[in-house]
Amino acid sequence: MVGEAAVRAGCRYYFGYPITPQNELPEYLSGRLPELGGTFIQAESEIASINMVLGAAAAGGRAMTSSSSPGIALKQEGISYMAGMELPGVIVNMMRGGPGLGNIAPSAADYFQATRGGGNGDYRTPVLAPAGCQELAELVFVAFDLADKYRTPVVILGDGLMGQVMEPVVFPDFIDLKDLPKKDWILDGCKGREPKALFSLLLDLEKLRDHNLHLQDKYDRITAEEQRLETHMVEDAEIIVVAYGTAARIAESAIEELRGENLAAGLFRPITLWPYPKEHLRRLARKDRKIAVFELSLGQMVEDVILSVGERTEIYFYGVPGGVIPTPAEIADFIRSAVKGDGKFARRVEV
Amino acid sequence: MSAEPAYKKVFGWPDSLKRNPTHYCPGCGHSIAHRLVAECLDEMGLREITIGVPPVGCAVLAYNYFNFDMVEAPHGRALAVATGIKRVRPDRFVLTYQGDGDLAAIGTAETIHAANRGEEISTIFINNAIYGMTGGQMAPTTVLGQEATTAPGGRDPKLHGRPIDISRMLAVTDGAVYIERCALSSIKGIRRAKKAIRKSFQCQVDHLGFSLVELLSPCPTNWKLSPKGAWQWVNDVLSKTYPPGVLKDTTGYEDEKI
Repeated sequence: MVGEAAVRAGCRYYFGYPITPQNELPEYLSGRLPELGGTFIQAESEIASINMVLGAAAAGGRAMTSSSSPGIALKQEGISYMAGMELPGVIVNMMRGGPGLGNIAPSAADYFQATRGGGNGDYRTPVLAPAGCQELAELVFVAFDLADKYRTPVVILGDGLMGQVMEPVVFPDFIDLKDLPKKDWILDGCKGREPKALFSLLLDLEKLRDHNLHLQDKYDRITAEEQRLETHMVEDAEIIVVAYGTAARIAESAIEELRGENLAAGLFRPITLWPYPKEHLRRLARKDRKIAVFELSLGQMVEDVILSVGERTEIYFYGVPGGVIPTPAEIADFIRSAVKGDGKFARRVEV
Repeated sequence: MSAEPAYKKVFGWPDSLKRNPTHYCPGCGHSIAHRLVAECLDEMGLREITIGVPPVGCAVLAYNYFNFDMVEAPHGRALAVATGIKRVRPDRFVLTYQGDGDLAAIGTAETIHAANRGEEISTIFINNAIYGMTGGQMAPTTVLGQEATTAPGGRDPKLHGRPIDISRMLAVTDGAVYIERCALSSIKGIRRAKKAIRKSFQCQVDHLGFSLVELLSPCPTNWKLSPKGAWQWVNDVLSKTYPPGVLKDTTGYEDEKI
């Protein structure tokens, strides 16, 4: 599914290394890309894969790689270099339980890894978090466009459920590669011009400082222009659940159930995890409206919620680690507990 | 009667080298290797379609010296980066220039698998049996008994393991069509090296597969020898562990054509 969306979005180069739960993607592309004159390489490692993406990007191709949590850890070196060298590329992470090998069940414990950057240096990568297959297909297009527009690696953060579930999807049409803006910075041989080099090494202190300031300007522009989110029944809400990805879908079911009991719950779902839609969430936070954060981890995104909401209202947290997927009933219990403030399921977060 | 030119240019600055002074130490083999690569690219008319990948190590700044497009790779990943480039632009000439730490330690997997896939890339492998840039630590290719800052008293097989002959390993991969080792420690060796580099480049032009030229390269600074002594050490010691010669050749080229 991601594979078909990627080729329709103009991706012609895929480099990856097998890991569960995302093997359906490379398996699909291994057949599909050659049909379109593209390249699929099953590389010797995740490290080699991301560096092949780096090379393909330098030569002007729309390239992607995918993996799951421990494999993404290995790609961090290449992601940092791509950020420093300002090279576009799309990295799909279908998260699984961790740390270490963890398990192969859907989890969302890589929020820090994705949004804080697991590689070295002062850099950011846009992170897109779909909550279902249709949105995942559409965000693949967004990811490639953002990557090219800002010359940056972009992360699509899904989970094992999304990596393997079957849902009907209407694919966007093929883009025409000829319609994409021309990249004047790529390397294609120096015929008729001075040779160019792409590198992140800047031994001169002032040059590296200036390069970092330039990158920061870019991150500020992305923060100002590229935030994405969705809200559901927040206008009259006495409590707003903040969740992303699969957790948001579970929360949505719980919210429907609670609305039936006349409990006015709403949902705030960030789609860009970086840049986090802080201002929007802040505007929704009021003294008479609690915030309830639900994550498939023991509390990572909640830090961005704290940074957004501060002391404006009470924040409660419920997290499920290890690839266990809670039922909507469990989340409804959490939301009721947060409304009451009884501490039974909902832990009050100290700010 | 038209005047014949009185002089023929027999030696000059290659177009493929920028007119920048290098940071390499006196007696270092990199300067020689750079020049050989540049001369071959010039002579074969490849400069304007070349995309090069330098290593992390002493030659990390090679794009300041080579006068063609270049893209940095993380340490050891040159052949993965080069693979990405070549797959997007199979009509371009792609070369990597790597040291022994880059190619034979941290990048061993990338190296062996690029060779085995038969990527149409030419690799120049500088083997000086030491980590130069970081100040003389043991390399995977450091020979037995050789002093290094992390092998005090010399490389001891019990403590440090044995030197690795990665070119010989690469020669057994099906994707490699041509592997030769030369020594940059005599005029004869340097001339032989140039022929080998030309042949490696020809392999790529003819889409034969992966090729690599290993250059035993003097590092007087970290070997704590004079430039002349370093040449002698390549000939007397390094060449014994890594004998120069053709390790694989399935090109079918007749040597005089190259």
